[in-house]
Order: sequence, then structure tokens, then C-alpha cells
Amino acid sequence: MADNTDTSVQTVEPPVTPKRGLKRMVLLILAIVFGVVVYAYGFDVTNVNLDEIKSETRQTQLVRVLRALARPDILTYERISTPTDAAFAMPCPAGGFTADDPGTGSRHITIEPACVEPGDKITVRGFNFSPNARGNLYQVPPADDLELRLGEFQTDEVGDFELIVNTRERGADEPQTIRAVTRENIGSIFNPADVEVEDNNGVISTVKSPRISETTKNTWDRIVETVFLAFLATTLGTMIAVPLSFMAARNLMRDISVPMTKLALQLIALPAGIGLGILAAGWARTISEQLTGSVFLVILGLAVIPFLMVVAFRWALPPVEKELPTPTERGVRAVVISIASVGGIVVLFLLASLMVTVGDWLAPRLSGFDFIGSFVASLGDILNAIITVMTALATAGLLMNLAGKLGMWMKGHLPAGFIKVFRVPLAATAGALLVGLIGMGVASLYQISDPVKAYWLPGATGAVIGLALALRAYNKEQVGVGLSVYYIARTIFNAIRSIEPLVMVLVFVVWVGLGPFAGSLALALHTVAALAKLYSEQVESIMSGPIEAVKASGATRIQTIVYAVIPQIVPPYISFTLYRWDINVRMSTIIGFAGGGGIGFLLQQNIRLLNYQAASVNMLAIAIVVASMDYLSSRIRERIV
Amino acid sequence: MLKVEHLTKIYEGGTQALEDVSFEVPDGQFLAVIGLSGSGKSTLLRCINRLIEPTEGRITWNGVDVTKASQEEMRRIRRRIGMVFQHFNLVHRSKVLTNVLQGSLGYVNPALSLINRFPKDQVRKAYQQLARVGLDDKAGQRADELSGGQQQRVGVARALMQDPEMILADEPVASLDPVLAHSIMQYLETINNEDEVMVICSLHFLDLVHRYADRAIALNEGKLVFEGSPSEIDDAKFKEIYGQEAERVG
Repeated sequence: MADNTDTSVQTVEPPVTPKRGLKRMVLLILAIVFGVVVYAYGFDVTNVNLDEIKSETRQTQLVRVLRALARPDILTYERISTPTDAAFAMPCPAGGFTADDPGTGSRHITIEPACVEPGDKITVRGFNFSPNARGNLYQVPPADDLELRLGEFQTDEVGDFELIVNTRERGADEPQTIRAVTRENIGSIFNPADVEVEDNNGVISTVKSPRISETTKNTWDRIVETVFLAFLATTLGTMIAVPLSFMAARNLMRDISVPMTKLALQLIALPAGIGLGILAAGWARTISEQLTGSVFLVILGLAVIPFLMVVAFRWALPPVEKELPTPTERGVRAVVISIASVGGIVVLFLLASLMVTVGDWLAPRLSGFDFIGSFVASLGDILNAIITVMTALATAGLLMNLAGKLGMWMKGHLPAGFIKVFRVPLAATAGALLVGLIGMGVASLYQISDPVKAYWLPGATGAVIGLALALRAYNKEQVGVGLSVYYIARTIFNAIRSIEPLVMVLVFVVWVGLGPFAGSLALALHTVAALAKLYSEQVESIMSGPIEAVKASGATRIQTIVYAVIPQIVPPYISFTLYRWDINVRMSTIIGFAGGGGIGFLLQQNIRLLNYQAASVNMLAIAIVVASMDYLSSRIRERIV
Repeated sequence: MLKVEHLTKIYEGGTQALEDVSFEVPDGQFLAVIGLSGSGKSTLLRCINRLIEPTEGRITWNGVDVTKASQEEMRRIRRRIGMVFQHFNLVHRSKVLTNVLQGSLGYVNPALSLINRFPKDQVRKAYQQLARVGLDDKAGQRADELSGGQQQRVGVARALMQDPEMILADEPVASLDPVLAHSIMQYLETINNEDEVMVICSLHFLDLVHRYADRAIALNEGKLVFEGSPSEIDDAKFKEIYGQEAERVG
């Protein structure tokens, strides 16, 4: 205020910096020592062991795994085996042994020495094989038709190889055979070959070589499952997170404060409203069950009731309100709206039943697309299940609203002294009710059957808290409900967010069984908590000007949110949702590790079975999907935001 | 008739923005509120429609005690008070028409308005208000595509949409160049003359005060230091309002 007028100039002395060279040096050394200690401890607790890395066996194992991973089992080749034999003797006969000369032109192997004692080393050399071919070396004793594997060879670029192996201790008088068998793929990707194969039952069929492997097919099935798991989790989570995020936005909640009397009345109205809502839903269900017997009646009901509802609402809620309605008018309107609302619930029940009927009818008739039929039927089931919950919440909201109006009316019409006295028992009742309900929940969790502990004790505690608040609130009549809701919402979001979906899925697996459904529920729950927090921070950073402007025009709180808040948060909300979709795709690839379905299950199985070539296919699929989703979402973000 | 009596506002943290301010505004008057930045002009205007809760004092408008009104009553009072802001306070991403229609939110059915449904006559009226400020061809554009002067005209149209009996203008031209400033002030003047709407307008520039205002009040550090006709503000008064070192500009 005064800063504009104060023009007197003051000369400011620059701050004198004392010489702190030594002190700084000591501090720096201490910091370095501290850093070294931290790292040393870190090495210790994370078991950094460099000896293991150097060990020979570890290295061969690593190379084996890496080689398998580098050859993903995407295509299956039919293979052809070509044996090449050479004779040798074991043990050495009296006169020594000379093998037949194999000649030098064609594919052949030589053995050196020509005869050994059982178990001794021999050197096998092969010539004129296919270049860079792999194969196995066997010892075939003369008596039986048994191939004893001696080792694996790989030919060089001209088709030769040399391998030193130990013979098996199976001495015989007759000469033995060393057999080098190469296995080569038939056909190539660009030129697939038809191959006749015989299955276990002796049926001969023609297959392509190479062809898509079973692993690839399984991977494809699972990766589709994974993508849709992430999709469902993201959409479901977003739908729930958007309304919740407003509760965790400080700038919206800060100003919400209500008088004690109103709050107490509303708290009493909450459980009453839920009860009434459940009751109303029950009536509506009974009414709708009169109609659900025949599809015709259902369709008739769906056509007539909404029409009547629109008429009723049109009449009860005039589009422009110039004057305050009279009390009688208000009463009649309230009754009409209530009846129309029950009608609305009936319509929802009818809709649910119609969806189930249509879905069940469609499913067997849409070959290949039968999932659409089951989806419609499932939606009907879900709708049927949530109608009661929605009705209970809506009625509770309505009753709380009425109670709030009653509270405001009392504040305006009754003497202040009376209200000051009256609100004490009211607050006590509200507190008793609230804490009592929480107590009941806790009691059922810990299976407390003692009624004193389960009901009376929490009830009494709540009454005391309510009493204390009511007495304390003498000076400050308003109670900051908004901030309480804000802190509670924040705490819950943070708690849920700190538990990884991989852990959450354990609980959901118990509830809905192993599979992608459990995974998507766990991911959805985590998404709700994470997005609600991110969203609410966006709400906190919006411009307050438009809010002020809309409020100044006489808008209600909800209108203010719809017209001043929501337009401002659309771009960041979309951006965060897409980001979350990215995270969920990545998360869903491993949620199968805990039984949550998707490709993770397959990957874990393959790793456990040491089938690294198959695991490699899984990982490749994950990499492709994650990268393409990443690309896709960034493109969408660019386009929209 | 607006009557402000002993109005005091102390913000949380102890800043005293208004100190025992009392004045009256007859219907149809154009009142200018002048004073330095931070002298309490914005707080005063916002106390009148209770965007800011006054700490003490009473504001009565046409016999109704605004300071005692409940939330519901306050909504009904606010819908008859249009407000124009220094930074326009439009919702940038919404269409111009939607921004104007926001002025009718206090009147229309709350349930239908939530799904962006407005009665036809309200939409027609919104177009009329836009035509009045010469922007009916911009109705479908996004608000942030408009220039500053156009945005403020949308702000005026939004206030007009409320059928206001009073307009609070919080430094409506401080972010605009002098030419635009006059055009906006002329709109306010027209509304004041033709619709006989009371206008309470905080202003920086004295020439605007001389040109448009019927009467002026001045605030200095939250206290009312002047009340009277704009022509009474001579150099001595000016120094009193703006401080001894201040120079007159414009």
C-alpha cells in the first residue's frame, strides 16, 4: 500500500561475506564421507556381490538365457534330420581297428583315434556339412537301437566342425557307430514349404513350414486380453475419479462451511435417506416385477413412463424462475417430483431387465459376435445391481438437502437463543449416529458380538464428540465441512495409491477369482486413487477469475463447477487420463504375476518353466504394445490438448 | 438505493482492507470508486455482492439486508447484480455464447443448465446482448480467440444477461488501451442511462472519472477519504487521495 508513495532512497550496504573457506572445506569432506558411508551401507544391504558375476557357471547360464531370449519362438519350423555315420571300436580289439575310408568329396565324419577304451575322449571332425548348421553327436552301440547323446556341434562357414567328447562306457565286441545328426529348418519366411506330418494317431496332414507358433498364438490372445484389461481399468477408474477429484481440491472445498445446526440435521438425514432410498428402490422393483414377465409390457412401460416423467418434471421445474414459489406450490412440486423419481427407478429396472432379455436373445444368434449379446446382458445385470445403491445415494442427497433447508429455515425464523440450546442435543445425536455407524462397521470387521462394545460405546463416544463440538461452536457458528472432506479424501487416496495394484489384485482374486477381471478391478481402484489426486491438483491450479464471475451471477455451487471449473480442466484431465492409460497398459502386463490375468500370467509360467524362447515372445509383445500405446497416446494428446 | 454502513473487512492474517466505510448510492447513479492499488476498492465491490464476506457493518439494498442473507437468498440477490472484472474473467475454452449465457444461470432451471440446456428465449436474449456490444458474429468462437477489448465486451454482455439492477465494475478498463477504455466505458454509460442501472465502477484514471461518473468516492488504505462530485477533485484533494508525492497523469 505504502510502497508506491515511499520514494526516499536508501543506500543499502552490500552484505560482507566473512572468509569461511576452512569451514566449507570441512563440511565438504564430511559430506563426501557421509556419501561414501551411505553407498557402502547400500551395497551391503542390497547384496552387491561381484564374485558371482565373475563365476564361470553364472556366465554360461547367462549366455544360454540371453541366446534363448534372442531367438523368440515366433515361428515353428518343420525340421529335417540328416544323419551321418562313422564306425569306431571300443574297446580296442587285439589287432587294432581301421575305419572304412569315407572318401573326401561327400559329407562325412572322421574319428580320432579309431579305437579307444570305454569312456575315453575322442575327437570327431566333420566335413562338407551345411555351413553354420547345428547338430547333435550321438554314440550308437551295435546291440540296440539307442542313440546316446555325446554333445552338440556347430559347423563353421565352410561346413566343417571339430568336437572333442567323452565316449559313454558301453563297450562291445562289434564296432560302434558315431552319428552326427544335423537338424535343419524346412522352408523360409519368404518361401514357406508344405510338409506332410504324421500325428500320434497316424493321420497324415499337410502343414506349412514355417508357420505361426503356438506360443505366438497364445501370446496374441493374452496381449489382447491385456490391452482390454488396461482399457476397462482406465475408463472405469476415470469415471469414478472425476467426481471424487473435486472433493480433494482445496480451492473448491475451502469455502464450504455450514452452520452447526444444519450440519447436525444433515448428518442425521444421511442414514435416514439411505434407508429411505433402499425402501424406495424396493417398491420400484416390486412395481417393475409386475411388468417384467412379458417383453411387450416392458417396452410399453419404457415408452410410457419416461414420457410421463418428462411431463411431470417440465411442470415441476420451470425453465426460468422469476419469483420464489409459494410453500404450497413447493409442496405439490416435491410430491410430483418424488413420484416421478420412483417412476424413474422403475424405468431403470425395466431397462435392466430388457437388456438382460435382449442380450440373452442376441447371444446365440450372433455367431462370432456373441460377446456383444453377453455384454448387453452383463450391462443389464450391472445396472440392476447398482440401481439400489444409486437410489440410496440420491435419496440421501435429497434428504440432506431438505435437512439443510430446514436448518437454514430454523436459523432464520427461530430465536438465536433457542437454536443455541437446541443444537446441543442435535449435535450429540448426529455424532452418536455417525460414530455409531462407524463402530458397527468396525465391530463387524473384528467380529465383536458384545452389543455394549459394538453399539453403545461408539454411540456414546460420538455423542460426547458432538456435544463438545456444539458447545465449542458457540463463538464460531460455521463448521468447515469442506476442509474435513478434503483431508479425508486426500488421506484415503494416498493410502490406496501407496498399495501397488500387484498387491491389490490378491484381494480381488479372492473375491472374483483368478483372471483378468480381478486384474482390471485392482488396476481400476489404483487408477481412481492416482487420478483423483492428479486431477484435484489440476483443479487447484485453475484460474479463480471465471469461478468468481460465475458465482457473482448467482449460480449454484454445482453450476459454478460445471461452467467455470470443468471447461478449464478438460485438457489436463484428458492428458492425465492418457498418461494413466499408458501406465495401466504397462501395469497390466505384469498384473498376471499375481493372478490378475493378461500376458503376465503366461510370461511368469514360461520363466518358471525355463522356456526362455517363449518368454522372449511374450516380452517382445509387451514391448511392441507398450511402445505403440505410448506413441498413440502422445499423438492423441497432441491432437486434443 | 444502496446503503453501506460502517463496512469493515479484516482478512485472515490481519490485513485491514476496509475500515468503517459508509456511503449511499441512489438508484440509477454512476458512482466511481477511486484510490491507489491496494486501497480496498476491489474488496469494497466484492463485499457488496458478498464474494468476500464483510467482517463488520451492514449493506442494505432496496431495503434488504445483504449481509444477513442466506446462501439461497444471496443467489437471488446476486443474479440482479452484474459484475465486470479487470481481467474479464471469461472461461477461455468455452464459446462466447456460453460465456454470455452464464449470466442467466441464476434464473434458469439448475438441473437442465448442468447439461448445457438453456431455454430458447434465454439463448435469443444472449444473442441480443452480444448484438448490443457489437459481437453477435463472434458467438460461436472460443472466448480466448477474441482480443482484450472484445473479451471485455463479452464480459459486459454477460453482466447485461442478468437483467441487472446494479453493475459492479472492478477496474473494467485497466487492462485496455485508452481507445478501448472509452468504448467500454461508453457501454457502461449507455446501460446506466438507458436501463437506469446503478453502476459502481472502480477506476484508475481521473479523466475517466470526470467524463463518466455522476459522483465519486475515494479510498485510501481502507478509509473513505472523499465523497462528492468528480469536479470537486482539485489538486489538494488529489494529493489527499493519492498521497503527497503523486503526480497527475492523463
